[in-house]
Amino acid sequence: MTDVSSQVEPVDPVNPNEPFAPEEKARNQWWDVWDQFRSHKGAMAGLIFLIFITLFCSIGPLLWDVDPGKLDIRNKDVRPIYVAIWDGDAKTSWARPMGTDHLGRDIMSNIMQGGRISLAVGWTAMILAILIGTFVGVLAGYFKRLDWALMRFTDLVLSLPLLPLLLVMMLLFRDPLRATFGPENGIFILIVLGIGITSWMQTARIVRGDVMALKEREFVLAARSIGTPPRRMITRHVLPNVLSPIMVSATLGLATAIITESALSFLGLGFPSDFPTWGKILFDSVDRMTAFPERVLWPGLAISLTVLAVNYIGDGLRDALDPRIRGM
Amino acid sequence: MKLKTALLGAVATVAFAPMALADAHEGERGRDGQLNIIYWQAPSIMNPFLSGGTKDVEAASIVLEPLARYNETGALVPFLAQEIPTVANGGVSEDLTSITWKLKEGLLWSDGTPVTAADAVFTSEYCMHPEGGCAQLSKYNGVTNVEALDDLTVKITFATPQPNPYGPMVGGQSPIIQAAQFAECLGARAPECTEANFNPIGTGPFVVTDFRTNDVIQLEANPNYRDPNKPAFATVTFKGGGDATAAGRAVLETGEFDYAWNLQLAPDVINSMAAAGMGTPVSAFGTLVERIEVNLTNPSPSLPPETRSTAAEPHPFLSDESVRRALSMAIDRDLLVEIGYGQAGRPTCNLVPGPEIYASMDNTGCLVQDIDGANALLDEAGWVDSNGNGIRDKDGVELEILYQTSTNAVRQDFQALIKEWWSEIGVETELRNIDASVFFGGDPGSPDTFEKFYADVEMYANNFDGTDPQAYLAAYTCDKAPRPETQWQGENINRFCDPAYDAMVAELQQTADIEKRGELARALNDMLTKDSMTIIPLVDRGRVSAHANSLGGVVLNTWDSELWNVADWYRIGDNR
Repeated sequence: MTDVSSQVEPVDPVNPNEPFAPEEKARNQWWDVWDQFRSHKGAMAGLIFLIFITLFCSIGPLLWDVDPGKLDIRNKDVRPIYVAIWDGDAKTSWARPMGTDHLGRDIMSNIMQGGRISLAVGWTAMILAILIGTFVGVLAGYFKRLDWALMRFTDLVLSLPLLPLLLVMMLLFRDPLRATFGPENGIFILIVLGIGITSWMQTARIVRGDVMALKEREFVLAARSIGTPPRRMITRHVLPNVLSPIMVSATLGLATAIITESALSFLGLGFPSDFPTWGKILFDSVDRMTAFPERVLWPGLAISLTVLAVNYIGDGLRDALDPRIRGM
Repeated sequence: MKLKTALLGAVATVAFAPMALADAHEGERGRDGQLNIIYWQAPSIMNPFLSGGTKDVEAASIVLEPLARYNETGALVPFLAQEIPTVANGGVSEDLTSITWKLKEGLLWSDGTPVTAADAVFTSEYCMHPEGGCAQLSKYNGVTNVEALDDLTVKITFATPQPNPYGPMVGGQSPIIQAAQFAECLGARAPECTEANFNPIGTGPFVVTDFRTNDVIQLEANPNYRDPNKPAFATVTFKGGGDATAAGRAVLETGEFDYAWNLQLAPDVINSMAAAGMGTPVSAFGTLVERIEVNLTNPSPSLPPETRSTAAEPHPFLSDESVRRALSMAIDRDLLVEIGYGQAGRPTCNLVPGPEIYASMDNTGCLVQDIDGANALLDEAGWVDSNGNGIRDKDGVELEILYQTSTNAVRQDFQALIKEWWSEIGVETELRNIDASVFFGGDPGSPDTFEKFYADVEMYANNFDGTDPQAYLAAYTCDKAPRPETQWQGENINRFCDPAYDAMVAELQQTADIEKRGELARALNDMLTKDSMTIIPLVDRGRVSAHANSLGGVVLNTWDSELWNVADWYRIGDNR
């Protein structure tokens, strides 16, 4: 999130290592934002969980050095270690704390590896959607001549159904992308693009509305009267003021992207079968849901908690970025 | 007096009720209401001549009927014909070059017009049309002439003596279509006749009322069906799509559907579903073999569509027999059976696993996994890892395989296992799974069909109807390779082409002696499997389907369509 804001925000972003200075001197407004954000308990819990799951997936595989694709038939269907608490006879092993699947693949390393893909798809698709959405929204809101064409284009894309579109994209671009970037990266690009270009429209509409309202404000009139060119107007006056809706829709977009990728994997589209993502692990485990509930529980929890966390962060950010609420 | 009569009546009713229940499957047409069938592969067409997919053939078999079908023991039973022609009853000529079928009298199409021998003649013209690319052309192998002797008699003449003349218009894959409806649909125009292909007029127990491609088919009892008391069901909903798990649950656990086809699920999963007590899994062994088909032509996307995956471009490394043999040696088939099928499968090295006379019993070399032997074989053939990336190569060609199959939990498990074994012999595998409706859909416009084979190897299961493997083996002759000129139809998926094989198929087609036929069929089977490793058989699969406990009359038939006797199905008990 700070990445996006630092690109457009003329004020230097806060360096978190800087000691908090309670003196009388001018206080950076981002500290106010942070204080307000911290008072939102759900947002704080969400932030902590998001940091945890990101670390779990990014640093986890370095510590838990088990190949997620390695089959070990002799140790198949191992239950998670906690099952031993109520069922002493269950097949458990400390070497496989979350158990193994029916082919003996370690579930913990699969969830780590799957999380990497799911989160990467989520972040990239979200950033893509935000960039397109902001760009279209600002242009449409600021330049009256472009408004009609851009908004009708937005309506057009809004009416595209994602799943059939992705199917067609798969059909048309899978082979060339696979030849250029390899099978995994090719599909990654395809899915990220698919999700990205079908989810920027909400952002564009919100941003356009806010920009149109801003344009009528006195400070914009003042800036224009001293001859500020449109480029400077947008970067200096408009964008910082529409940052809060952009950030909120960014958090929602991340959640949507993760869910869409899971849905695609769940349908058996998307990544190849030996390439775990949270949705794919869930899909593969549904057959044995009753006998091995943990196999759907963990990836399912990971998806829902990540989405929930991101939504709370978005909620907290919206409150924190709104100076009227912050002032209260 | 009145009361007494009433009481007597009540007693009589109670006394007769059990008899009525026991005979519930006798009665007027449509008495049992609604039948729900679920096929987890959705039919995309009701015309088996335009699709090789089992799902389409089986869906069409509810509506379209052949002259005769195979029953559950593999014996022929007449359907539209009066009797099965044989040499003994004079229906087959002494020199085995012609067969004469007599249609039953008074047969009507579902639109009320009479079924005549002209319809049969038209059907053969339709399939044998040179521009048509008929998916069931191998059924018409060697046919030179089909003529109507009179309204009810059709005579099929073959170029050579046919020891097994029951190919054309026999079995679920080769039914009779109505001449009047398909008259404008000959040759290249066949796929354009959407109305006829989706709503064929048939002689079967049901007619289509609403067809939704790749989704659901609504049918109702055929008012002109030849037996006035059949079918017992008034309407049928034939739901397609989803996956085997959902289909199994719908019949075995929730009871929403009455019949689920081909439950290709792990054995432990089926057992746990059946424990719910709503339905019964039924199984039978036939000729269904899960196999890996090796592409002998180059599927590289850099080739133009005219030559990609066609005989013009040989495969860069799979055309080397030792590579194919090593791939087969690395596979542990016992483990595949244990993981995927349990009681419903057995390891096999044969393309034709039965009947016994045709099965090559001494072809058992592949049953033992031999990773070391496979490595040695590849070393010997010059495939070594010269650039140290863990993948064997030769002359700059890396052993990198794209391995595709349909989306199905068991198949994805097989892919994972086989990928692991192949990595142990220095072969890198990329996995791809494609939605089954697309993979088996036969759409010439899609790059993902199994006929088009834009991959190095692919895995699926196939079988043959009836008891004679002649047509099945004849599918691997050079001229049956799918290619652009045939609208990518054809059954020679590997593009295998060996003049010696074609010659032996021709010899089989002229041999009447059953022992000699067995010998030839075994030799052909060996040429495709242990001699050339063009086909890598994995598992001989029993068919497992499931029916609700309240559905009676189901006879699981592995030799023809599973719905072959749907006219005889009925509702058990009084729970309609």
